[in-house]
Amino acid sequence: MAEHIIELKNVTKYYDDNLVIDNVSFYVNRGEFITFLGPSGCGKTTTLRMIAGFDPPTSGEILLNGKDISALPPNRRPVNTVFQRYALFPHLNVFENIAFGLKCKRVLNTYRNDEGKEYTKKERLTKKEIREKVEKALEIVDLEGFEKRSIATLSGGQQQRVAIARAIVNEPQILLLDEPLGALDLKMRKEMQIELKEMHKRLGITFIYVTHDQEEALTMSDTIVVMADGVVQQIGTPTDIYNEPANTFVADFIGESNIFNGTVVGERKVKFCGKIFDCVDDFERNEPVDVVVRPEDVLMCAPEEGALKGTVISVVFKGIHYEITVQVGKYEVVIQSTESRAEGDLIGMNIAPDGIHLMKPKYTSNVFDGVITKHNTVEFADGEFECDVTQLYPGSHIDEEEYLVTAAGEKLDLTGTEVRVEIGLSDIEISDDEDAGGTTGHIISIIYKGDHYRLIVRTDGEDEEDFVFATDDLWNENDRVSVIVPKDKIKLTLKHAEDKKK
Amino acid sequence: MRLHFSRKILGIPYAVFLVFFVIIPMLVILFYAFTDKEMHLSFTNFIQFFSDPTKLSTIVYSLVIAFITTAVCLAIAYPVAYILARSKMKKKFVILLLFVTPMWINFVLRINAIRELLSWVGLLGEANYFNTIFGMVYDFLPFMILPLYTTMLKIDESLYEASSDLGAGGFTTFTRVTLPLSMPGVASGITMVFLPSMTNYVVSDMLGNSKVTIIGKFIYEYFGTNWHMGSMVALILLIVVFLSTWLTGGFREDETVRGANL
Repeated sequence: MAEHIIELKNVTKYYDDNLVIDNVSFYVNRGEFITFLGPSGCGKTTTLRMIAGFDPPTSGEILLNGKDISALPPNRRPVNTVFQRYALFPHLNVFENIAFGLKCKRVLNTYRNDEGKEYTKKERLTKKEIREKVEKALEIVDLEGFEKRSIATLSGGQQQRVAIARAIVNEPQILLLDEPLGALDLKMRKEMQIELKEMHKRLGITFIYVTHDQEEALTMSDTIVVMADGVVQQIGTPTDIYNEPANTFVADFIGESNIFNGTVVGERKVKFCGKIFDCVDDFERNEPVDVVVRPEDVLMCAPEEGALKGTVISVVFKGIHYEITVQVGKYEVVIQSTESRAEGDLIGMNIAPDGIHLMKPKYTSNVFDGVITKHNTVEFADGEFECDVTQLYPGSHIDEEEYLVTAAGEKLDLTGTEVRVEIGLSDIEISDDEDAGGTTGHIISIIYKGDHYRLIVRTDGEDEEDFVFATDDLWNENDRVSVIVPKDKIKLTLKHAEDKKK
Repeated sequence: MRLHFSRKILGIPYAVFLVFFVIIPMLVILFYAFTDKEMHLSFTNFIQFFSDPTKLSTIVYSLVIAFITTAVCLAIAYPVAYILARSKMKKKFVILLLFVTPMWINFVLRINAIRELLSWVGLLGEANYFNTIFGMVYDFLPFMILPLYTTMLKIDESLYEASSDLGAGGFTTFTRVTLPLSMPGVASGITMVFLPSMTNYVVSDMLGNSKVTIIGKFIYEYFGTNWHMGSMVALILLIVVFLSTWLTGGFREDETVRGANL
């Protein structure tokens, strides 16, 4: 048997016209506990539903033990699901709920006829077999004696256990769990996390778990698949994901992070917060990088001994540690430490080289496909912006009739010209006045970078383009805003420069 | 003294209504049913009713007509409600509306139209029982579709998914999930169709060419001549309806087990 129990190959999924899963590929090892982790709407549940068979992928393959099952209906897949809201049958009692799958099952039994010849028959399980299996499942979930109880009389935690029993009683090859602990209170959740982990060890079947709770993912999983926006961001063990996040999204989503813009200034040397630090990652000289430092990797010391020096602006007690925010020049640095400091204290800080994680920034500028309109504005990202079209032809100007006159004196009508639009990360502003800018959208991501926020705004129209930029103002995710780009910050280049020459 | 306006005062109009329009009329019917013309207590009406074969056969005919009407309505309405409730079509309410709009057209007009239609194809006066049932099904179908549709709409999509996930094919899912969970709707639908089919004699009169007598017609006729017998028949009808409601579990407060007796 293949080592990969399930493998997704270039799976893409559209709901109507919305892209929810964008070319996802990964595999799951037999017997492992794998978690899909991501914010709501990242595609993790959709991925699970495609494995269960409820939603067919739009394109791509889902291989189970090396065989493509993407066309197989859910009832013919050897996987079982624990649903988010349990989906227990209200008209059946606990026993009947758990026995539901067993009653549907047909097994091959081998018999010997009078002449001693073997033959096989497809048969239902006997009442006794079903009873034994259900009792064993109830024992695994600690609900012995609950057979006759009706679902409505059970608490949330008990319903949860019945849902798990109903799935595992069928001895699936893979158990799918869709945020199964989401409806439970914190204490109950912690207990169930441990129990699920134990169950996984005992049963030896593959668990695929979906959650948006990073702590849950880190505690329970062998492997974590971090997803955002229908794309896999990183796959790795909890330790890898936490210690070596692949990008700022993962760093920000998993645990607490200080994220800064930095520049590589020498061999294993990076400059951020105005100081140069030794680090372990090697990048090209002068390359801009994202620098991630975990709050527990910032070590406090006497002011004169620290690479960084700053004033404590807030101290919050978190139970196991203190969360101390320090103002270092214009940057804010967050520290987690078991030692406390008083607000207003001047302290020094050091960061060990292996506490500094460098990553290539995902965004260096915004690039869009645009079209020039008859008013010499440019249309892109579901909107229309004023721009300077003369930059397309050096030395040109606009005449009174709004035609472009090139340096050679040639009159050009630019209407319909396709152009490449480029806007720098610091050249975009947003406003909550919807008519203030050239296009409207909503904020889909906010990451704090020590002295500013990096925002991503996705436009509302069908283009669904993203604007990435830096701002000093604090906004909220999902705020609706309009995007303002000053005329002189829109860089245009002709898309078909070669064609034009001919 | 200050008048204390409690919430109980708001209940008084309803109490008055219940006393005058429900309790007193019931008592009057009960009184008439068990008295004779001289207003003496007697069981004559009761004995007379059950010893008269024509009266008994009317009850049986009424029951049979109501039963067939209900069964045909159910057979037509169930698939319609099921398909509409589970369809992901955006405009499905339009189709539902098409099934239900006849309800909003004047009843007499509708029955007259059916009568004209039947006489046009030559069935009027030829197949009285068929015509009566046909008219009733046409008339009462919306009352069967609506409760079925609303019940099926309430069944959580994830239950179908769970069933399929546990290995059940389409047919098994239908018999073991859809059918039991739609029983409350079936029960409401039956109660909504069965009773009017027994009493709505306008349909049987106009379409059955006055040859079909159902229990409602019976009560109407008696109240022209003999209030005592009329009251007795009304009382017996009440008991029949009461029994059928009890059988379909209509008295249970817990909605999920409605129809469990079916």
